Amino acid sequence: MNATTMQSSPEASAVEITAAFYDLNEHDHPEGGSTMLGFWIYLMSDCLIFAMLFAAYGVLGGSFAAGPGPKDLFELPLVALNTAMLLFSSITYGFAMLAMEKDRVGQTQIWLLVTAVFGAAFLAIELYEFAHLIHEGATPMRSGFLTAFFSLVGTHGLHVTFGLVWLFTLVAQIAKKGLIPANKRRLMCLSLFWHFLDVIWIGVFTFVYLMGML
Amino acid sequence: MEAVDHSHWSLLLGRLWWDAIPTEPIVLATFVVVALGGAALLAGLTYFKLWGYLWKEWFTSVDHKKIGIMYMVLGLVMFLRGFADAVMMRIQQSIAFNGNEGYLNAHHYDQIFTAHGVIMIFFVAMPFVTGLMNYIVPLQIGARDVSFPFLNNFSFWMTTAGAVLVMMSLFVGEFAQTGWLAYPPLSNFAYSPWVGVDYYIWALQIAGVGTLLSGVNLIATIVKMRAPGMTMMRMPIFTWTSLCTNVLIVAAFPVLTAVMTMLTVDRYLGFNFFTNDFGGSPMMYVNLIWIWGHPEVYILILPLFGVFSEVTSTFCGKRLFGYSSMVYATLVITILSYLVWLHHFFTMGSGASVNSFFGITTMVISIPTGAKLFNWLFTMYRGRIRYELPMMWTVAFMLTFVVGGMTGVLLAVPPADFVLHNSLFLIAHFHNVIIGGVLFGIFAAINYWWPKAFGFKLNEFWGKVSFWLWIPGFWFAFMPLYILGLMGVTRRMRVFDDPSLQPFFIVAAFGAFLVALGIAAMLVQFAVSIWKREELKDETGDPWDGRTLEWSTSSPPPEYNFAFTPIVHDIDAWDDMKRCGVQRPTSGFRPIHMPKGTGAGAILAGLSLVLGFAMIWYIWWLAALSFAGVIGYAIAHTFNYKRDYHIPVETVIETEAARDRQLAAAGA
Repeated sequence: MNATTMQSSPEASAVEITAAFYDLNEHDHPEGGSTMLGFWIYLMSDCLIFAMLFAAYGVLGGSFAAGPGPKDLFELPLVALNTAMLLFSSITYGFAMLAMEKDRVGQTQIWLLVTAVFGAAFLAIELYEFAHLIHEGATPMRSGFLTAFFSLVGTHGLHVTFGLVWLFTLVAQIAKKGLIPANKRRLMCLSLFWHFLDVIWIGVFTFVYLMGML
Repeated sequence: MEAVDHSHWSLLLGRLWWDAIPTEPIVLATFVVVALGGAALLAGLTYFKLWGYLWKEWFTSVDHKKIGIMYMVLGLVMFLRGFADAVMMRIQQSIAFNGNEGYLNAHHYDQIFTAHGVIMIFFVAMPFVTGLMNYIVPLQIGARDVSFPFLNNFSFWMTTAGAVLVMMSLFVGEFAQTGWLAYPPLSNFAYSPWVGVDYYIWALQIAGVGTLLSGVNLIATIVKMRAPGMTMMRMPIFTWTSLCTNVLIVAAFPVLTAVMTMLTVDRYLGFNFFTNDFGGSPMMYVNLIWIWGHPEVYILILPLFGVFSEVTSTFCGKRLFGYSSMVYATLVITILSYLVWLHHFFTMGSGASVNSFFGITTMVISIPTGAKLFNWLFTMYRGRIRYELPMMWTVAFMLTFVVGGMTGVLLAVPPADFVLHNSLFLIAHFHNVIIGGVLFGIFAAINYWWPKAFGFKLNEFWGKVSFWLWIPGFWFAFMPLYILGLMGVTRRMRVFDDPSLQPFFIVAAFGAFLVALGIAAMLVQFAVSIWKREELKDETGDPWDGRTLEWSTSSPPPEYNFAFTPIVHDIDAWDDMKRCGVQRPTSGFRPIHMPKGTGAGAILAGLSLVLGFAMIWYIWWLAALSFAGVIGYAIAHTFNYKRDYHIPVETVIETEAARDRQLAAAGA
């Protein structure tokens, strides 16, 4: 505020000036007002970790060290099935969020558990693929390409695992406290996280698997 | 010494065995001194029954002010360690001529230069900067705390856990001998098989979690919690530079996390990210780590640019010249800091076009930085300058930093860099900007905001003694290194063949000696000020005639910072309020909603410390146990929904009445 305008109006009493400069009727700020923004910023930082892994794959993806390459190793039908599992889990998470919006506790939990089943199926297929590769001698120690491949795909898998632990924690917390605002906020965060992993997987599927088979 | 075999392993203790205790006399003596000092400290705390107080009022506090102070203490303690390393190097290099091997063997010397760099950047500069932002930003934006107070406490303890690991490496095992960025293949298992690099990795990983989360926290705080009326273009410049720094933290530290993880799997599992064989690429490490590393130096300097802006405007009694150009200059630096990383290794051989691109972007950064300097100078121009200590440090910064900036532009020219790469010229350059910029800025900030944090000013006499020892000390210590660098002397040398170089190193050692006296004078300054705090007392809360909101509340501020949230109408909101003659509201107080303290942050960081230690020493059962502990405890913590409370209105009334009496006593 401009000092001269303040002084030029003599009727502006000390009380009025104070009221102009202090929020005298402030109410409690609802908890968690920054949570979604904060979590989004965190996700962007996580995205950078994947960016690094993609970059490393871009650099090392052709360094086979006389070992096997993508065409020798990848089975697209299996990866397509895997991708479908993850995409289904994203849809069912969306259903859980719709149920949450309607404050239906049981329905929310059921959809969360369905999501967990699809997520677990995704992980199981991925582990099967890894075991198969390692069995064939295509271990991460074999070449730069396999190091980058296992690290990128494995980091995504670890994120899904973490997401599952979080999901079960939330199912328990909803059972305990119901769909209170704090739990809704947590579900929103996990929703962002879960869909984020989907987006990352689309990148993996495209750049690692599809382009590897070209 | 080098022939010791560290390859044994047991189920219970992993690689940890008696041979982990160093036998070098210097390290042993240090260990005895530190152990005695530590034991005395612990005994003192126990004797005076301070543990409960520290745990309840400080360690578990989520108050951003207390966390800020704890960060500053951490930075100061680690600064003494990092400086001790520097002195040891200066002594070694000033005597190791004419066949004299000096007093440090190669294994020890290599750890010292590595530890010096790691400690000064990660555990001195970072805690100082984060501590300042933590303390000042919420006060400057008229908030009562940060967005995520628990995370803030957790971040601090993670940073501390990283620092503890580095300190531990001095007495249990060894630290890395790779240089502060641990380039492979040297840092890979084949060439550094023992625990040094693993200490490095886990210290940085654990501290990095803390840094990243505090970055997220402060961005959310600045975006979401500003007082009503404080639009982006009314934010104090320090808040602006803090925002940019935290954006840089969030955008850079994940890169460090990723690259450290890659090095970890290379070392622990035999992966091939950075190996020489099997298709790995060591130069990829160098690229990736500098994609973090260059933004990192701007993470350090930007907040201090903010400090200098606040100090200049306060001590010249004027609004900052060119506020919006300052904001835009900060933003431009933020963006450009991502486009220059390759200038750290022009010699990689990426070709003329790539080198030209990065050389030009590097030179371009000097334009917004130059704009800032002119803004400060024009703020001083026809200002009523008060040469108090913060302003003295600011002027010293301007004179010192421009020299460092100009030698930086010299290094940005690729052909020149081919000559100067990894020479002492480079060492002189970055100490010139980091000491002249970051450290001088921190000293300005400590002298400026100390009265806010503790309610009394710092002693001026000892502050000036420190200042006048530091400034010549710095120039004596680093000017010879510029000359030596131009003569072709490379960094990290332990012994020298050419005796004609010795005088320069002796002058540099003399400079380090002056700096040591300067640091001692600063510690005396703190002690004398605390001793004579009644004489130096400030009742007004605004000892410098400040301009921003932190000066509108008492010193030290109450737990809730502001009984009523201020409403902002202009840049320099507090100056505006003073000019309008605003009276503090003295009635109508309400209970204030605040976050509750918790020990979860310290416990989680403690478990992470155990995890790091177990991983370093290959104690797999302990690693698994502590990892399960971290996850389990974190999950259990999320079942605690009661994280806030109300400060009762009586407490607020009492606190504010005390403030009234204080102001009346001060005659304000």
